[in-house]
Amino acid sequence: MSEFFTVSVLVATLAGGIRLATPFLLAALGETLGQRSGVLNLGVEGVMLIGAFAAYYTALETGSTVAGIAVAIGIGAVMGLIYAFLTVVMHAEQGISGIGIFLFGLGFTDLLFQKQVGTPLPIPGVGKAPIPILSDIPHLGEIFFDHNPLVYLAFLLVPIMWFVVNKTTFGLNVRAIGQTPEAADTLGVSVNLTRTFTIVIANCFAGLAGAALALEVGIFQQNLTAGQGFIAIALVYFGAWRMPWVMSGALLFGVVSSTVLQWKTLGIVSGPSSSLLAMAPAILTILVLVLVSRRVSAPAALTRPFDRAG
Amino acid sequence: MTALASPPRSPDPSEAAEHAGIRRLLRPLVGLVVPVSAVIAALAVGAIMLLALGANPLSGYKALFVGGFGSWDNLADTAIKAMPLMLVGVGISIAFRTGVINIGGEGQIIAGAILSTVVAIGLPDVPRPVLVPLVLLAGAVGGGIWGAIPGALKAYAGVNEILSTIMMNIVAAQFLSFLLQDLLIEEGAIRIQQTERLSENADLPLLPGGTRLHLGFLIAILVAVLGYFLLFRSSLGVRLRAVGHNPDASRYAGMAVKKSIVQALAFSGACAGVAGAILVFGSESHRLIGEGGAAGFTQNAGFNGIVTALFGGLHPLATVPASFLFGGLLTGGIELQRELQVPAALIVALNGVVVVFVVASFRLRGRLQSWVDAGRGGGA
Amino acid sequence: MRKQSRTFTLLLALLAAFALLAAACGSDGGDDGAASDDGDGTSATEPAGDDGDDGGGGDALRIAVVAPSASNDLAFTQSMVDAVNAIGETRDIQFDVTDGTFVVEDAAAALRGYAEDGFDLVVAHGSQYGGPLQEIAPDFPDVSFAWGTAADTFGLPNVYAYTVRADEGGFVMGTIAAQLSESGVIGVVGPVEVGDAKLYVDGFAAGATNQDPAVTVNVNYIESFSDVALAAEAATAHVGNGADVLTGSAQMVVGATGVATESGVAWFGTQANQTALGPDVVVASQVYHWEVVLADIIAGIDSGTLGGEVFIATLANGGLVIEYNDGFGLDDAVRTAADATAAGIADGSISTGIE
Repeated sequence: MSEFFTVSVLVATLAGGIRLATPFLLAALGETLGQRSGVLNLGVEGVMLIGAFAAYYTALETGSTVAGIAVAIGIGAVMGLIYAFLTVVMHAEQGISGIGIFLFGLGFTDLLFQKQVGTPLPIPGVGKAPIPILSDIPHLGEIFFDHNPLVYLAFLLVPIMWFVVNKTTFGLNVRAIGQTPEAADTLGVSVNLTRTFTIVIANCFAGLAGAALALEVGIFQQNLTAGQGFIAIALVYFGAWRMPWVMSGALLFGVVSSTVLQWKTLGIVSGPSSSLLAMAPAILTILVLVLVSRRVSAPAALTRPFDRAG
Repeated sequence: MTALASPPRSPDPSEAAEHAGIRRLLRPLVGLVVPVSAVIAALAVGAIMLLALGANPLSGYKALFVGGFGSWDNLADTAIKAMPLMLVGVGISIAFRTGVINIGGEGQIIAGAILSTVVAIGLPDVPRPVLVPLVLLAGAVGGGIWGAIPGALKAYAGVNEILSTIMMNIVAAQFLSFLLQDLLIEEGAIRIQQTERLSENADLPLLPGGTRLHLGFLIAILVAVLGYFLLFRSSLGVRLRAVGHNPDASRYAGMAVKKSIVQALAFSGACAGVAGAILVFGSESHRLIGEGGAAGFTQNAGFNGIVTALFGGLHPLATVPASFLFGGLLTGGIELQRELQVPAALIVALNGVVVVFVVASFRLRGRLQSWVDAGRGGGA
Repeated sequence: MRKQSRTFTLLLALLAAFALLAAACGSDGGDDGAASDDGDGTSATEPAGDDGDDGGGGDALRIAVVAPSASNDLAFTQSMVDAVNAIGETRDIQFDVTDGTFVVEDAAAALRGYAEDGFDLVVAHGSQYGGPLQEIAPDFPDVSFAWGTAADTFGLPNVYAYTVRADEGGFVMGTIAAQLSESGVIGVVGPVEVGDAKLYVDGFAAGATNQDPAVTVNVNYIESFSDVALAAEAATAHVGNGADVLTGSAQMVVGATGVATESGVAWFGTQANQTALGPDVVVASQVYHWEVVLADIIAGIDSGTLGGEVFIATLANGGLVIEYNDGFGLDDAVRTAADATAAGIADGSISTGIE
């Protein structure tokens, strides 16, 4: 255990936690926006997989990670339009259609990977972009300012998304249609158009999250996300639909995962015990939900489709 | 959520009597045509995927059908794949009709598998006629407990069951991995994540006919029938469905809403738990294997069971043929891979498309039926 | 209620239709000769030779392989697929692969299917397939099964087992690694501490410390043969802890090689030639040439012995070969010394120290 409490290992663990948090933070930010407008998207995992494969395959073929990221976001938007059609237009049950999207993404990416790629060739990653000056601060620089650009982007989006939701007219509309769509409708807010918009943004975030994961690992494989999309959804509840709290949850998950990994690498815990430790984030989430569920309430119109009467 | 069980329907109009006859003909037709069209549309998407992969969709679907239903052996394989889908599907039907979304089939299967395995390891010498029912019961108990926990959390702490069941899946998968690396791992040179070969007394006997079909098939059908009686032929079922239809009204009517939620998830989990036991004791290797990940053991039945239940209209008996259909796709997928070199992952993707199309068609069906009801006049 | 019963009727009708269709299509039995008429033009990467033509076939030896990962995984599965193809160059074979069957129950179905189809040799290429094989093999006494990597034939007369002395190549590469490392820290990403992976890792560590006792070898078994992302994380953790040489075993190491490429640290491969995974960083790969083992097994089958023996690939019998990546630019002196070590292990004058 003592070898864990050396400065360099602790620094590496915290930096790793921030890095690991990035994909599900991105996905969770998008999901938070979607849920604030009253739409639950359980398909995040599937869209993340599709985004991850799109980014991987594009980067593999073109050699450009930027192109990979762009394609992943674009495919995310397409998936968003599909999901918006399903839930906003067709009023499909949101929990179930999300599972459909998840299964589709899981199978489809596996299929494409086996058929189009096969040999799991690595792609060039995004590469670290240390922030000048700040990254030179001892320890703190390594923890916070020596990451790849997607990590900065994800954390930069937290205040941006907070601002969008809380300080803009669009955010006001989003919050209104998530609580009382009928009232918002009377005030002239187009409920379905706004929801379509939030869904598309949320799915772009999920696609980007997948890209962040694939580019971080530099590889794709069947079920690469391994449940991260579902963790992202949990984080939204965990953070009680507030961007800063969602970020805190993501960081907590990231640091816990990173710690388990470090302990494993340093031989502090055996393989079997690390499986037990890996249960921690899930149990933690349940406990937090038990504590907060009664106190904070979900957007009142969550999962409820809107249809103007008459 | 209730919209799922009973799609929106406008009040019965009592106009033009001469239209009644046509309506009586058209209404069921719409009920038939829409879901079938949804499935056909999904298969069309599958055909496009096949085309994009450079395979002939016709030979693709032919390989699927032949592989799934082409011979007695294939039918038996299909039935084997159908069992967990059927069981999970029955459980899902119970939960969804109570207004509870159970995404925790994966975890409940694993919990059932673990408890039944522990029983088989603990009581290896109990004679077969006792041990087989015992392990199945243990599976039901394991899955039931794993379902009851999120049920209680929802009922008494207001925890969203979609979230808690997903988290319970993660916990179960990691716990399985822990057990198979430590307490339950087979002793010996090959230390991979599996138990020893479990007691032969717990083997599910093969059914006569020379195929691989085993007793689990009859168990699954029995559970489907029991599920039907529970939901539609018992006072408990009436209460569960009332809660699912309108929890507030049920509460005012003096029904125990909280208890119903716990019961629904417990029953739902128990069905999945039996599937877990069957996956262990009906398998070729007669052991619990975690190698290849928890999803390798459950074969995603916890999710595919949702597909099955939906396709069966959340009716326990209808999940029987529905599970055959999806089981057939799964076995057919292996043939598809062998014949056309199209990875069997296509089937997982196709299942997703089917879910999406079927769920999306509910509203269309409701609309068309209202349209028919209204004498092809005003819309919904 | 009415709607549900209608759905039910509909499903029954659908099922009946499927059954009819299936009966029409499948009247010629369930064997794989059914729909091969338009099965070409799909994938050139699959080594399945002449699919479906099991009619006459002469005396071609029919070999089937069931393996957990992709045929072109540049690791465990590919090593066997390449080996069977190598056998195919010397004699007439018909070769069929079911790959990607990480679900053991699906592998079991495939093993049984090939045995029912009358294949001469069915290779269960994965330690995790032992369980079902033990149940299936007795049902097909005329079919020869091979199981690896394993050293146990269950006492069955129709099961061969095969394994490798992966520690031998590991030892040789460990000596090179110790000379390449400047930080004195070497990181190893292993799957589960068993079988050829454990042998390789132990041999590698022994070789490194034998060469330079001051070297630290950090070993991390990630408890998975398939989790590429976790392997990548483990490799990142190694690099973060100062490792400047990495190695690893099993099919999930592609994640780690990505990290090696990204961080520019040297990588040693095993199982198959992994140069393609990192043309700039792969120093050498220990390649399993299973054809040596397969040749022994096939000789046994030809003489009427269907199993009961364990075969081991070694540096001495050519079942293990160390293949260097010329693109890496390894120092000639280091390489010459490594070749001498390999020769020493092969002739028995050097021991890896692993039992």
